[in-house]
Amino acid sequence: MSSTALPQKHRSQRGARIASLAATYVVLSILALIWIIPIVYIILAAFSATRNASDEIVGTAQAVQNFFPTAFGIQNFANLFTLTFNGVEYAFLRWMGNTLLVSVVCCLISTFLVLSVAYCMSKLRFRMRKPFMKFTMIMGLFPGFMSMIAIYFLLKSIGLSGNMEHPELSILGLIISYSAGAGLGFQVAKGFFDVLPNSLVESAKLDGCSNFKIFLKIILPLSKPIIIYTMLMAFTGPWMDFIFAKVIIGSTNTAYWTVSVGLYSLLYGEYGRPELFTQFAAGCVMVGIPITLLFMFLQRYYVEGVTAGAVKG
Amino acid sequence: MANKVKTVNKRPNWFVRTGRGIKDWFVNFGKRFVDGSIGTKLSHFIFGAGNLYHGQIIKGLLYLVLQAGIIVFMVLCPEVNHTPYGWKALVNLRLGGSEGGEFDPMTGEMTLPSDDKLRLLFGLVTIAVIIIFILLWLSNIKSSYKADMDVKQGKKPTTFVEDLKELLDTRFHLLMLTPTMVAALVFTLLPTIFMICMAFTTYNDFDMNAQGTVLFHWNGFNNFIYMFSGQSQLGVELKARFLPVFGWTIIWAIFATFTCYFGGIILAILINKKGLKGKKVFRTLFILTIAIPQFISLLAVRNLLGTYGPINSMIKAFGWAKDSIGFLGLADGDSEILAKVMVIVVNMWLGIPYTMLMTSGILMNIPADLYEAGTVDGASKTKMFFKITLPYVIFITTPYLISSFVGNINSFNTIFLLTGGGPGYSGYKAGGTDLLVTWLYKLTIENGEYNTGAVIGILTFIITATITLITYTRSKAFNEEDTFQ
Repeated sequence: MSSTALPQKHRSQRGARIASLAATYVVLSILALIWIIPIVYIILAAFSATRNASDEIVGTAQAVQNFFPTAFGIQNFANLFTLTFNGVEYAFLRWMGNTLLVSVVCCLISTFLVLSVAYCMSKLRFRMRKPFMKFTMIMGLFPGFMSMIAIYFLLKSIGLSGNMEHPELSILGLIISYSAGAGLGFQVAKGFFDVLPNSLVESAKLDGCSNFKIFLKIILPLSKPIIIYTMLMAFTGPWMDFIFAKVIIGSTNTAYWTVSVGLYSLLYGEYGRPELFTQFAAGCVMVGIPITLLFMFLQRYYVEGVTAGAVKG
Repeated sequence: MANKVKTVNKRPNWFVRTGRGIKDWFVNFGKRFVDGSIGTKLSHFIFGAGNLYHGQIIKGLLYLVLQAGIIVFMVLCPEVNHTPYGWKALVNLRLGGSEGGEFDPMTGEMTLPSDDKLRLLFGLVTIAVIIIFILLWLSNIKSSYKADMDVKQGKKPTTFVEDLKELLDTRFHLLMLTPTMVAALVFTLLPTIFMICMAFTTYNDFDMNAQGTVLFHWNGFNNFIYMFSGQSQLGVELKARFLPVFGWTIIWAIFATFTCYFGGIILAILINKKGLKGKKVFRTLFILTIAIPQFISLLAVRNLLGTYGPINSMIKAFGWAKDSIGFLGLADGDSEILAKVMVIVVNMWLGIPYTMLMTSGILMNIPADLYEAGTVDGASKTKMFFKITLPYVIFITTPYLISSFVGNINSFNTIFLLTGGGPGYSGYKAGGTDLLVTWLYKLTIENGEYNTGAVIGILTFIITATITLITYTRSKAFNEEDTFQ
């Protein structure tokens, strides 16, 4: 091998590396573009407007046929806030309020249940432990729908769903049905606790700490990431879920819909008015911004949870 | 006899172990009755008697109140919506309704017939109450016997405060798991059993009497037989559509799982490439799709690809096609194959960022010496990908692959929000992209065919359970759970 061959080889290697990097940039940029097109589409539709005969910008009421609207305005948002839908005034604001209420309460209850079950399964050893884990696994295999229909009958028989005199109780019914099963979704949190060294627990035990104290004083302070992850999942759940809310709250109970049921019903279903598409888009932006910001802000914890979930299933 | 015992000793299989467990249980039970104090003996009949005998007043009273409460509940049969609980609920479990109501001699009027779906539900609740009663009975005997033992060993029986303290320490799991167990039993197990029962009844919305009360009766395995025999109008539809829908569900689950999985790994490798700048920007862009609620992104895509959407307007403007293309099979005459392909493609859009996020962390943790060894041996990059990267990632993410496969079999949102099951669905008829779950939804919620829906639910469960149990119990994460600790 001559002395000049080495730099040359080096140079060609560098060239290949730059080329492959450039190709990666191009591929990634194209993919990123594809990925954000639907999001951009919704945002553009939300801010679109049409011009009337005297060339003033007014709100649109039609489905957007073109990707780029001809005029922009915030009329859609104004329309949305004053929207009267199916006889309910300020329907969108009510839906937002309902969803916020449900998600805050569910978040607190679910987080408590998930953490307590995960801790028991991970750090305590007792007789019913393995059977309980098998039981939760089997329950997870039934389609959620099967139980959904029966939960609906169950809630209805105790007046927490489809109650004509007190329609507001279906919100309580929804909270119960969201948080009741939460404790069974403990696997990710258990994976997190599993990684915390057992020696912590054992040495505390030698010092005479009760299990309750160990959980409260030693485990919980170390669990900030998993607490935040669990809270994030529980909080965003009601904003994302669609079908449970639709069935439990009922398709005619407009004032107590959550925001996902409401926005879907703007366009489709019994009362659907496809011409409300731009209002729908404005609503999506209103829901999407806080949720997305929350995710971006807590991204680190989310990624940690997801990665743990990958290993634990 | 002796022979039998010998063979049993040789092969202690599951049945034998269970049999022995049952025998031991009865022996212990008898021992407790014989050895126990008068209080313990009394506890077999009156709850809490043993505890009261040992001076554990609060505990004893609690047991007593619970026993009295349940007995009152069983005897008095409280009624909700004309449907009784208690022993009457057990009798009502034979179902069949009471057409037109019964004559009430007190008022001289006909009572409303009770609803059969409530009869079934309340019957199940009553059975649950009886099971709780039996558990309480056993627990009260054990508690009393434990106090006996404490006295025998010269200790004082535990006080109520001590019992509570124990709940925070050695029996902490009891305190922590009870809320979840109760909630799961009432809102997960009970509803599931209820729906399983439905599959064996004649319940569909047409079984109503004049007052609008649901009436139905037990129907054995007939609903399962109808699925494949093609009797009645619904039966013909079921027989014709079950296998195609089932087949598509499996094909969908396989494609949806693996396209997202490998797509995600490739994307993760691209983003984590050495020397690439703006990794965070790219990652954030892709995470956007996870952060945005699915109903928003799916409905956005639905409109984007819809008949009057921008993509179709563009295609028409460029003159590539005369009419709108039915990408998502939203109209009846649209191509089924195209709709199926599009659903899988859109699902990649949803699922790839998630796998990317997950595998990014794993990729960075692959021991570098594996690659060094590969380079020394002169392996090419492609070869290293297939021989090192892929096996490593697959090994770690097997549990995720299984749960994601099951999740895709039950993936309701994607299909329902994107295509609604189309093309070509109407009423309970399944469309081209309908999965078993969306069909289940249409049969039950939209068309009131609860019994048939429940049959499909059970079949779905059998499929997912078989796949999961075979793969999951063999995976390392399950068997070697403790090795990480």
